[in-house]
Amino acid sequence: MSDPDVTNADSDTARDPAGSVPGAETTHSPSLNLGSSGPGVGEEYPLQVDGLRKTFGGITAVDDASFRVARGSLTGLIGPNGAGKSTTFNLITGMLQPDAGTVTFDGEDITGQKPHAIANKGLVRTFQIARELQEMTVLENLMLAPKGQHGEALWRSVTPGFRDHVVEQEEELLERVWDVIEFFDIDHIADEYAGNLSGGQRKLLELARALLTDPDMLLLDEPFAGVNPSLEKRLLEHIHELREQGYTFLLVEHDMDLIMENCERVIVLHQGQVLTEGSPDEIQADEEVIEAYLGGNV
Amino acid sequence: MSVRNDVAERVPGGDAGLIVAVLLVIYAAYVLAGVGLGYSVRGQLNTIGVLTFYIGVFAMLALALNLQWGYTGLFNIGIVGFMAVGIYVMALVSKPLYESGGAAQVGGLGLPLIVGIVAGMAAAALLGAVIALPALRLRADYLAIVTIAMSEIVRFSFLSGKLQQFQLLGERVGFGGGSGLILDFTNPLEAFFQFFGLWDAYLGFVSAFEVIIPNNPKPVVDGLVYGVVLLGFVAVYFWLLKRTGESPFGRVLKAIREDEDVANSLGKNTNRFKIKAFMLGCALMGLAGILWLMTSGAVTPNFFRPRITFFIWIALIIGGAGSNTGSVLGGAVFAALLYQGPRYLKNLIDTVIPNADAPSGFGPAVSPLISNFDPAPLFFYTIDSVRQLQLVFMGLVLIWLMHNRPEGMLGHRKETAAGIPLTAPRASEPAETDGDDAGGGSGE
Amino acid sequence: MGIAETYTRGRQFAITRPGSVLLALVGVVLLFDLIAGLATGQHSFSGIGSLVWDGLMRGLVVGLAGIGLSMTYSILNFANFAHGDYITAGAFSGWATTYLVAGFGRADVGALVLVGAGGSVFGGTLGIGVTTTPLAVVAGILVAGIATVALALFVDRTTFRPIRDADGITLLITSVGVAFALRYLMQFVFGSSVRGTTSQPPAIPLYLVDGAVRIDAHDVALVVVAGGLMLGVHLLLQMTKLGKAMRAMADNEDLAQITGIPTERVVRAVWVIGGGLTGMAGYMFILWKGTLGFNDGWLLLLLIFAAVILGGIGSIYGAIVGGLAIGLTASVSIIWIPSAFARAAAFAVMIILLLVKPEGLFSGRSTA
Repeated sequence: MSDPDVTNADSDTARDPAGSVPGAETTHSPSLNLGSSGPGVGEEYPLQVDGLRKTFGGITAVDDASFRVARGSLTGLIGPNGAGKSTTFNLITGMLQPDAGTVTFDGEDITGQKPHAIANKGLVRTFQIARELQEMTVLENLMLAPKGQHGEALWRSVTPGFRDHVVEQEEELLERVWDVIEFFDIDHIADEYAGNLSGGQRKLLELARALLTDPDMLLLDEPFAGVNPSLEKRLLEHIHELREQGYTFLLVEHDMDLIMENCERVIVLHQGQVLTEGSPDEIQADEEVIEAYLGGNV
Repeated sequence: MSVRNDVAERVPGGDAGLIVAVLLVIYAAYVLAGVGLGYSVRGQLNTIGVLTFYIGVFAMLALALNLQWGYTGLFNIGIVGFMAVGIYVMALVSKPLYESGGAAQVGGLGLPLIVGIVAGMAAAALLGAVIALPALRLRADYLAIVTIAMSEIVRFSFLSGKLQQFQLLGERVGFGGGSGLILDFTNPLEAFFQFFGLWDAYLGFVSAFEVIIPNNPKPVVDGLVYGVVLLGFVAVYFWLLKRTGESPFGRVLKAIREDEDVANSLGKNTNRFKIKAFMLGCALMGLAGILWLMTSGAVTPNFFRPRITFFIWIALIIGGAGSNTGSVLGGAVFAALLYQGPRYLKNLIDTVIPNADAPSGFGPAVSPLISNFDPAPLFFYTIDSVRQLQLVFMGLVLIWLMHNRPEGMLGHRKETAAGIPLTAPRASEPAETDGDDAGGGSGE
Repeated sequence: MGIAETYTRGRQFAITRPGSVLLALVGVVLLFDLIAGLATGQHSFSGIGSLVWDGLMRGLVVGLAGIGLSMTYSILNFANFAHGDYITAGAFSGWATTYLVAGFGRADVGALVLVGAGGSVFGGTLGIGVTTTPLAVVAGILVAGIATVALALFVDRTTFRPIRDADGITLLITSVGVAFALRYLMQFVFGSSVRGTTSQPPAIPLYLVDGAVRIDAHDVALVVVAGGLMLGVHLLLQMTKLGKAMRAMADNEDLAQITGIPTERVVRAVWVIGGGLTGMAGYMFILWKGTLGFNDGWLLLLLIFAAVILGGIGSIYGAIVGGLAIGLTASVSIIWIPSAFARAAAFAVMIILLLVKPEGLFSGRSTA
């Protein structure tokens, strides 16, 4: 794979920058063509969370949580049910406003910004309960995701002449989407309404959709629930490939084996606080973590 | 499992063919009924003209509403407010300048009709923006209440004495208050033909009709021609909204309707999309309001009651929210069967069974039934009251639809929101295509 | 509390709640204008007093009718757009009874039952009023309540129950269908004319500084009946098991959601209580204003929505307070804006509220 920081507009092996000139070639390769020039090199810790707090009524769901995620890492976020993992994701991605604390992404303070602005900066999340767009087909769901679609401007889609460019871009997008669908082994249901998919298929759709936005960092909320093991293995391989190119992943999972085998760093949440963080081995040996999972008060 | 298994696939010509087919069936039914009952030629042609007019306006309004509700999920029950703003602003701009002693109490700015039409659409879109900016984040039923409250405020405004007459740019203009505005600009049809230098040709065309309508055929011909013009506008609306829907823009709208959080989490600024869709819909509603009333001679505020908004909703639900073709069909079916149909039926029955002495009230209609078992007065009263009973019928139809077929005629059909067809299966081997890959084989 | 502390707290309040501050400022400005007007003689105390009284009366009607709408909205989860026509239905059924009782033997039964449709008989001619024909009025109130309950239950059984699980929008649209069917059926039967229903009731002038505020017997009747009914509802809510269940459901959204779709018993209670109050409100409204037309309820509907939203959906006390507030707004706003826009002012209040604080005033409190 070529160096993602070098963008060759006419190189066949480079990835096309998002929103490129219509007509540029796309490559078909065994792995996913996400169509971008890769994440910016820069911050060693693209995501930093400091003192995040969120209270609902009398319950403090997230209590002074601070951690950071290293670039190019696959970091796990674990904790017993109710530990505050999904709430933390919501706070980071702007779906909830924190009562206190800051979130920094790529050196920029994004605390409390709108979800779409954060997503556009390259920080994208998936949902624990897959939120597929039910009355739209799998293809439509996926065509929605990529950034920089010219046709999202109303006048471009409608005005004759300009619409031709939009149509060209649609064809490119469709190619990229087909690549992804084939990689995820869901090409046989491409035309199906997303509402008719099985649980595992919905999870795959969720992940594929997030990947198609070409994010710099992905927050994955239990992405493999219901996915068959061989596909899971393939997806993890791909995630590791992407990591090598500088993409960063923060992964919430309940499957401890998966976490321990794949993550180089694990953050443990308990009752809204960061209990501890470390390598998988350190975490597995940590008494406090074991007690937290077994129900003792820490 | 294929996504498309609808009737339109089987009709030649696809959607357009389906629409034309339905229209032809409607017209045939009307004509046959008329001929069968000995309706005069003049009456028949008049009826066809009026029917076409209502098919036109209801289809246009249903299409505009479909953009807001069917695509974007915005529950707008203030439609008449936007129609009112459209025609009133157009009148303000295009009415001739005020001259004292004339029939009109107030004048306008005297600008060409086309300027007035554009101004009316812009004003409607602006009102849409004013509502949209704060209100689009409300949940659907709250938005509904806000929009209907706005449309009533608009009606009060045009009714009020304060805005009846005022000075603008040195001219005496106004909205006419309770007595309304006389639309004393040039008849739009005439203006249109004169612009193209075809006015004399048109008059000749009209006189050709004297063969079948010996007495003053012009109003009838005008009605028919205007109806055709409106159908032309329906085609334009359809083209515009089809393009809007079948595009990335339309895709985001559908996503917003389905799950706005998801659209946001994928980086789409949903507020901007909603505002644009809402404003476009409002501008189209304004234009429909203009087209509805600009040949009327006069406009009064009490025309714009919420009742009309609900007519359009019924039309959209019949046709199927979410489908542009459905919107047109719904408008046509509503106009033909629920709006104009019962009145036509009344006219037909009146021709066959003259009922000069129909009772004027329910009491006098029912008492002969009770005392002498004579159902005739009640029957005649019912026929006479068709305008109220058709509304009762509409209510019952709406309830029936919500119970049994809320998706209407074509709502089950999802019109794919993409600029290209998405159903074509992908070509199997990339290696067979134009050799655009290098650096590692791509055999799958 | 030191001055500095008050200042910073005030500043913080102004920054976090700019809407409330703005509203307070507007209120202060209007109050000043009013006082100035009174001082200069532009407004008279009695004139203001009459407006306030009028607003309170209207508010009682709106509040009484709003209780039913609020309950439907919170327990059945949809905005019932047919509610206005329930008011009209109550009014017609009650007034038909009153005409029949008061005019029996003096006019044609058919004309009486149709409440003088088409000018066949006039309430004034029959001398109808709470002081002149008290029995007829009482009978009317009772029948109005009972008939509306029956109507509400019937409509629920046939149109709402089959789609009980549907989402709020579907139910809303269905209720529009019901509204159409009801309203125009009433127009078909009772005719389009607006008829005068009562003869002039006796009145007492209440002297207020510079003039008199006219209070007539029908005003008093409205206060008595509406007040009594509201007291009854209060007792019901506080003292009966059913009342407690309803308060719990209205109070605690989550509980309502966990228990899922409410049991049919609670639903029946909603329609019985709500329908009864609504019908009687309709009757009293017509008694108070003295005219009856088939559109009367529909014209009130948006004001009732405004009241319910202001008070907080699901809060019965909120509906009452909201009703009074909206009634006052609609009446008293004439001081500052042209009368054509009086109702628009009430709508504007509602719109602003929906944008700023859609939960209303009484949301989240431990009242019903």
